[in-house]
Amino acid sequence: MSQASSGLRRRTVAFARFWYDFVVGDDWTIALGVVVALTVAHLLADNGVSAWFVLPLMVTVGLSASVLRATHRAR
Amino acid sequence: MGAVVLFLAAFLASAVEGVEALTIVLAVGVTRGWRSTMLGVASATGALVLVVAALGPALTQVPIDGLRLVVGGLLLVFGLQWLRKAILRAAGVKAVHDEDAIYREEVEQARAVTAAAGTDWYAFTVAFKGVFLEGLEVVFVVLTFGTSQHHVLLAAAGAGAAVVVVLAAGLAVHRPLSRVPENSMKFCVGVMLTTFGVFWGAEGAGVRWPHGDAFIPGILVFVLALALGLVGAARQVAGRPAASVPA
Repeated sequence: MSQASSGLRRRTVAFARFWYDFVVGDDWTIALGVVVALTVAHLLADNGVSAWFVLPLMVTVGLSASVLRATHRAR
Repeated sequence: MGAVVLFLAAFLASAVEGVEALTIVLAVGVTRGWRSTMLGVASATGALVLVVAALGPALTQVPIDGLRLVVGGLLLVFGLQWLRKAILRAAGVKAVHDEDAIYREEVEQARAVTAAAGTDWYAFTVAFKGVFLEGLEVVFVVLTFGTSQHHVLLAAAGAGAAVVVVLAAGLAVHRPLSRVPENSMKFCVGVMLTTFGVFWGAEGAGVRWPHGDAFIPGILVFVLALALGLVGAARQVAGRPAASVPA
């Protein structure tokens, strides 16, 4: 592999890693939870259900699980 | 709708959107620094001017719910990540200076992949999204109120007056805010980003909040209570002594 293509690969990996860390952060389950909650809220709202509770519920469950998991790991 | 009522309606509706944008800009500026935050604000303002100049009245056709979904979803992810770290620090589970090391590492990574070294892309993006989305909503207010009453200039004047008042309020409070302890401020920023992320994300997904924008303080109180409760729970699990303030 040439030096140029190796440099390009390294920069591409650094670029991808930066954006992953930037958007997803330390705990990928939070980002996944947000996507799932938005999808569920959209489906419920589309079917005429008052779905305002979905995101607060996701925040409660997702944040609690993430914080307690990190706390147990740090013990 | 009379002229005075049209002016007041545009003023109040725009002031609500302006305060939402100001909250985000102040929160990010005080905690992450003003340079990148104001760069985000300036870029969002420039983008808004371009969009308005290019589309004009056709702007009312822009799918605002799609924009709210993306902006709200990203704000919610950012807010929850920020709040999670703030809770862990407040509970004594995570060292306070971990965040500084991570931040330096992020900046180094950003420098490696971008030409604009030293820019805090987190602050830039959050400020940009907040100002662009709220600014677009102000433009919608002016266009919908103004065109329905055949008086776009008066509606624009109402919105302009609201922006001036909100800016003046922001200038007045940004110094006192900068004296709040860093960790407490980051905790509050996490609460606010999560609150607006929940509100906009749900709206973008097609959810209608009971009482509309008036529901935002309710979400804020809920998120704050949850976060404070989690600080206590994490302290208990970690076996740390209780403290009264998440500093």
